[in-house]
Order: sequence, then structure tokens, then C-alpha cells
Amino acid sequence: MILDGKCPTGPIEKTWDKHRFDLKLVNPANKRKYTVIMVGTGLAGGAAAASLGELGYNVMAFCYQDSPRRAHSIAAQGGINAAKNYPNDGDSIYRLFYDTIKGGDFRAREADVWRLAQVSNNIIDQCVAQGVPFARDYAGYLDNRSFGGAQVSRTFYARGQTGQQLLLGAYSALSRQIKAGTVKMYNRREMLDLVVVDGVAKGITCRNLITGEIESYAADAVCLATGGYVNVFYLSTNAMGCSVTANWKAYKKGAFFANPCYTQIHPTCIPQAGDYQSKLTLMSESLRNDGRCWVPKKKEDLGKHPSEIAEEDRDYYLERKYPSFGNLAPRDIASRAAKEQCDDGRGVGPGGRGVYLDFAAAIKRVGENTIKERYGNLFEMYEKITDENAYKRPMRMYPAPHYSMGGLWVDYNLMSNIPGLFVLGEANFSVHGANRLGASALMQGLADGYFVIPYTIGGYLASIKPGTVTTANPEFKKSVEDVNGYANKLLSINGKKTVAEFMRELGGLMWENCGMARSKESLETNLKKIPALREEFWKNVKVTGTGAEFNQDLENAGRTADFLEFGELLCRDAHHREESCGGHFRVEHQYDDGEAKRDDANFCYVGAWEYKGDSKEPELHKEPLQFENVHLAVRSYK
Amino acid sequence: MSDHKTMTLTLIVWRQKGPNAPGKFETYTAKGITEHHSFLEMLDVVNEDLIKSGKEPIVFDHDCREGICGMCSQVINGVPHGGQERTTVCQLHMRKFKDGDTIYIEPWRAKAFPIHKDLVVDRSAYDTIIQAGGYTSCHTGGVPDGNAVLIPKPDADYAMDAAECIGCGACAAACPNSSAMLFTSAKVAQLAALPQGKAEAAERVKNMLETMQECGFGNCSNHYECQAACPKGVNVKFIAKLNREYLKSLAS
Repeated sequence: MILDGKCPTGPIEKTWDKHRFDLKLVNPANKRKYTVIMVGTGLAGGAAAASLGELGYNVMAFCYQDSPRRAHSIAAQGGINAAKNYPNDGDSIYRLFYDTIKGGDFRAREADVWRLAQVSNNIIDQCVAQGVPFARDYAGYLDNRSFGGAQVSRTFYARGQTGQQLLLGAYSALSRQIKAGTVKMYNRREMLDLVVVDGVAKGITCRNLITGEIESYAADAVCLATGGYVNVFYLSTNAMGCSVTANWKAYKKGAFFANPCYTQIHPTCIPQAGDYQSKLTLMSESLRNDGRCWVPKKKEDLGKHPSEIAEEDRDYYLERKYPSFGNLAPRDIASRAAKEQCDDGRGVGPGGRGVYLDFAAAIKRVGENTIKERYGNLFEMYEKITDENAYKRPMRMYPAPHYSMGGLWVDYNLMSNIPGLFVLGEANFSVHGANRLGASALMQGLADGYFVIPYTIGGYLASIKPGTVTTANPEFKKSVEDVNGYANKLLSINGKKTVAEFMRELGGLMWENCGMARSKESLETNLKKIPALREEFWKNVKVTGTGAEFNQDLENAGRTADFLEFGELLCRDAHHREESCGGHFRVEHQYDDGEAKRDDANFCYVGAWEYKGDSKEPELHKEPLQFENVHLAVRSYK
Repeated sequence: MSDHKTMTLTLIVWRQKGPNAPGKFETYTAKGITEHHSFLEMLDVVNEDLIKSGKEPIVFDHDCREGICGMCSQVINGVPHGGQERTTVCQLHMRKFKDGDTIYIEPWRAKAFPIHKDLVVDRSAYDTIIQAGGYTSCHTGGVPDGNAVLIPKPDADYAMDAAECIGCGACAAACPNSSAMLFTSAKVAQLAALPQGKAEAAERVKNMLETMQECGFGNCSNHYECQAACPKGVNVKFIAKLNREYLKSLAS
């Protein structure tokens, strides 16, 4: 099937305005008759739930944490992009649009990206009005800094805690609506099924994580704002509870999964220290404003203290390879460059898996206090984890899984191929193509939540009658039975291996064979090994306790079971995409200098997979990508 | 990667089946722990052993494991988050302990935070306090340009210092009165310092304080235990600011 994103046509700068006018409206008195389910309360879900509640819809919002304030958006550090052009350095909506398309290696839809760039400015205004304490200069104006993949300073920030402050802004707006009674909040619920009635999304089934009860909720539309899936690598910068589960359940009910192989490996994370490790910690890309990446030129210098290595014996490899972007090369490129140095035997620290991020030059230039003001909390976090003082000794960094550009397929209205199912934020595939630029995730989450879904969901709701389905519908009863049956099956195996052991093993396979470099051979290895591991899981996993109680072992087992299925789809997608683009690097497809080699003649499309049954291969559908405003070109940052 | 010396520790952990069940301390041994393990990774090791021997693992809240989500919440040797300055449990590393140590681990203890299970408590009272007024009532859209209202840098920095709060609950857990004053004041002070928050400042402080008391938190009697326990270093000066804002609201 050829998929249609239903993008508006005509001059790109008019597309969103024209589309907003063309969308049908629900009149104010009728809005309260419609109920919307919002799963996830991060930047996208929290902002959307608050905005829809304020418009007058009845919203039911769900999160697995004990409070909507804890979604993993909170961990974003560096900043949020907008095309304000406050620094007068040549920025514009068009430039942000262009940088994002190019940054994504020409694998995103033009119209979606244009809209994102257009509403980016509204986001900053919105957050300021909420009381988000963005960094200011001494005159009281908003301050900006630079991020990778851009030659302008368009990133707004709140120390190294921008995600936290933006999320707390959305959380405060959501709290206001909860108080007003337009949003009902369901904490500590995990969505375990999407309920589809006559082909239309009408509700969800979830587990109450405190009591273990399986609960169903019906609505006129369901929105998933459930984040990304890079915990499939086991070790990632995601929170422990981040999973593919909600998206995967929707996939198994017919929603197409688009571009799962587009995963972002972030270049600057604290290297792994041991086998027991449960997660990796990111150090903000903003550090590359002042930090310089280097490794020793000579292998014999590897054992030395970095301060003993002379300036001329250091290889500032990003500045050498990409002189015009230098240390602010985009993430996919910076990650591969770090791996290249380590593979060449010049990596530093345990196992040779590390590069230096050095602030000595910046400290000399602007002083330690200024660096402390810019990144103090990051230096502190680094010291807590590594016991090293980065003011005195360069940080050691290594790439780690961080973000998923792929996600459920959506059209321009953010609606999946299942009518009534909308997907927001990281959970959808829409704007980042094959690589996301730094400070663009926060922008997308809030754009979708505050300024896209409030319009587009109205267009859908205006076309349906409210309240036609309740939980008395047999599909809900069946869904509850299925979810209960699944949990009981997990609990009944009583094997020998723990859930964490399986997850570590899967993560190892994914990182080794489908990580920063992928080949036909390595992917085929995974396509054999993952099904075998999955089979072993269902025979030999040990899950303690019962379903009718607070049971974290059961929660983890369910998430792992889904990753064991999803990991195979990710590898299948990576296997079929015989090109390199953005975060998807196939070693067979590269230029002589090691840069990614796209194949626009054969792969300039979105690959969206349809579930066909557990024992059947999924079917690939394509949405061709058309570039009318940006010229398809080799992506160069040299 | 496993060339580190390992430690063996004795853990004395609060176990409680449910909100109304009686709780008690149980003793466990943590083996093979290195200085690089985080405190929660040490508990992961213990839980893996428990699962393998068919016993129920210790239930504890955690999520981001990088000190920002505010989910983790344990009293370690009598101190919320374990007593390392400006550090959450998840960022506490085992290099702060030594081989042979005995460690007591308990949940937050406060009337307004009932225990769900083991080390997990119900902190929804903090959400209730924010719902009482911890926001500016701006609409989505229809707001002025971000630079239309200038905010002096010291004010923006002051607001940011207050906004660092992660809502973990350590302040109430540390307070002998189980007061949530530091938490409440952080939001009141953040918004009172900014022009966008001034219009509703009087209503906000009154409503949030009343709600705090209704939720079952006590009042502040200047022990400063909250500030000592706060993993984000939120300063008690914000409580003074809250008190001033409250007095102002009575006069308005």
C-alpha cells in the first residue's frame, strides 16, 4: 500500500495556516460531549491534555509514574530551539525548517517540519507566560546558545535543566485543568491494550500498578504520547520505565510502525563502568559549545594523564574533520566519529571506549565561574557518577542510545492509520527524519501538544458522534480478558532466568549488531537470535508474585516481552533499508571518507510496518517523500 | 570492567505488604558491590538474588536514575536520600560506603505520605498542593512575545533557584513536623519573583498553604532539616519569602 500523509499542498509557508482554516471545528458547547484519552504526560501529553481540557473537552490522562511531573521529558538538559532570531544572527523559520530537514538526512516530511518551525516561536512565548525561568541576560532579555547542526544560536535554556522547567510548565497548566475538573488524572497506570471497535480507536485497557487491577476506559479518541523505545538497547539514557509497550500494543491492533531503525545514539554520555550498570547518563550537547572533543594522536600516550599530553599530540577530531561545524557537528556524525577514534585504538579510559571532552580552553577564555554558571549541575552530576572533577580533568564520553526518531506512523493531523488514534511527540515518527538535531525534541513535544493536536483533533471529532461506545462494548471485555491472560501466562512460567537477564541479553544483541554500525550480516544474526531468545523467555523466565498486587517484576516482564518482539522489527527495518542515513548506518553504504551514503533513488520513503500476526512476517508500506522546497543533497558539515 | 574490589553489606530494609498491613525490618546481604554501583544498582543486585531464590523483591520507586525526576525516595540510615549533599538516592554511589557496613533503608515517613508497599509511598498530596495554585492561569496561545516583558537576571536566577525543586518529598520526610513548607514555598517564590506570576500571587499563596494543611502536613518551626535533605539544595529563604507573601496576601 502507498501511504498518504495527507499533507496540504501549495506554497510551504502557507500550508499550516491554510490547513487550520480547512479543519472542521467543534463548537464550544459541544466540546464537553467529547472525551479524549491521553496516555503519557510528558511534554507532548501534558501540554496536550492541558490544552484540550482548557478548550472544553473531557480529558482522561494516564501515566505510569506517581505524578505527571515525572515523565522523562524532565531529564532533557540543554535546551529548546525556536526561530526567534533574537541574536540577529540570520535565523528564520525557513532556516530552522531547512536545518531540521537536512539534520534528519532528508527523511522527514517537508510540511510537518515547516509547521514545527513555524510554531516554535509560540512555544517560547507560552513557556515564558507560564513562568518558566529561562536564562536571561543582564538587560532582562532571553538568552540563547548554540546546538549541533546549526550555525545560529537559537536554543533557549534554563541552566542544564531545560526539560525539567518546560515539563513543570506543562505540568502546572495540567494541574490547573485537573483542579478545574476538565482533566481527570490517572497516575500509576500502564496502558496494556488499545481497544478498537469496528476499526476505530475507542479506548484503552491498563493495569493499575498499585492494586494490579485491569481497568478499561472508553473515549471518542485516544492519544498516545508515550515516548521512545531506545531501552530496547537495555542501556540507554532513558528512564527505567520507558518502554515500547503502549506503541507496541497499538501496533498489534493495526497501527503502522514507521522507521523503527532510526535510533539516535547520543555522542556525549558517561561511559559504562561495569556489567551491573542499569542505565547510562547523558551529558548535554550544550557542553560542546565550550568543550572540545579529542583523543591522543599516538597510542603510546593512552596511559598518560590528559594534562601530560602535549597540545600537538592531541587529535581534535571533530574540528579536523568538520571545520565549519567543529565540535557542534550533529549527533549522528559526532557519535560515529567518536566510535571511529575508539575503533582505531585511540579511545581513552576503561576498555578504550571513551573520548575526552575538554573545557580547559574555555575555562582559560571565560573563567571557571562562567563555565560553572553555564553547566554547573552537569559537572556536579559527572563528579557524582565518576568521582572525577571535570574542571581539572577532561570529561570522558562515549555514545549511548538516547532517542528514537522512528515511531507510530501518523498523517499530517498526527492521526495514525487507525481512525481516532493520535500519536504525539517522540512516540510518532514525523519530523526528525533519520536523525534529530539537539534541542528539537522539546520543541516537537510542545509543538504537538500545545499547537498541533488542539486543532487537528477537532477536525476528527467534528466528523464523529460523541459517546457512541462505552466499556460495556464486548471489545472492552475481550481486551480485559486478553490482558489478564497475558499476565497470568507470564506469571505461570516459573523458569530459571530473571527478566533483567533476558533484557540485558537482548540489549547486548541490539547494541552489538544493530547499534552505531549495522551490516547485512550482523542484522541477519539478530533476526535469528532474537526469536530464539524470545522463545527461551516464554519457557524460562521467572516472574515472582501475583497479578493482583503492586508487582514491579511483572511490569518489567511485560515490557521486556514487548521489546523481544519489537527488537526483531527494528532489525528487520534496518535490514531492508539498504542505505545509510542519519542514525541508521549500514557499513556497506558509505563514502570513502566514512560518511553515510544515502540512496535517494530507492529509499526516499517512510517505511511503515503492518502487523500480520505473531507467526507471520510484517508487511512493509511506503510513503514516498517529496522535496519541493529543499534540494536533496549530500549532507555535509565540512 | 570488573577489576574493582568488592564490598559485602548488611541491609536492614522496611518491608510492608500494603497500606494497612503491619511492616517490619528484614535483613539482607548485598554481595559483590563495587564503588561504582549506584545505591539503586546495589538494590538491583539484591533483588536479582531474591527473585532467583523465589522471594519477593524489595519494591522501591525509581525512574530516571539521573537525579531529576524525583521518583526515588528512601530514608537511608535515618536520612532522606542518604545524607550526601545535593544528591538523590539514585545518584548516591557505593563509594560512600565501606565493606562490612550495615545500612538501614526505610520509606518516607509522613502522615500525608501513606505507604503503598515496602519503600513506596503515595505522594499525591504534593500534586494536590500544586493544583491549588502552583501555576499562572495563562491560556494556551494568546500570550505576549517572550521578550515583551523583561525580567532582570537576578529575578530570573532567583526563580530558577526555587524552580529546581523536583517534588521528591524529602523535605517533608526530613521535617520533625512533616511540613511541606519548603516544597510549597519553592513554587510560591518562583512565581512571586516573576512578573507573569504576580497577578495571582495573593490567591496562590493562600490557597496553596491552606491545601498543604488540609493534606495533613505540619507547619514550619525552623529546623532546616528540609534544606539539609533537599537533593537540589532548595534554600529555606524561600520559606521566609512564602511567609512574606502570605502576610501580604492577608493585607490585600
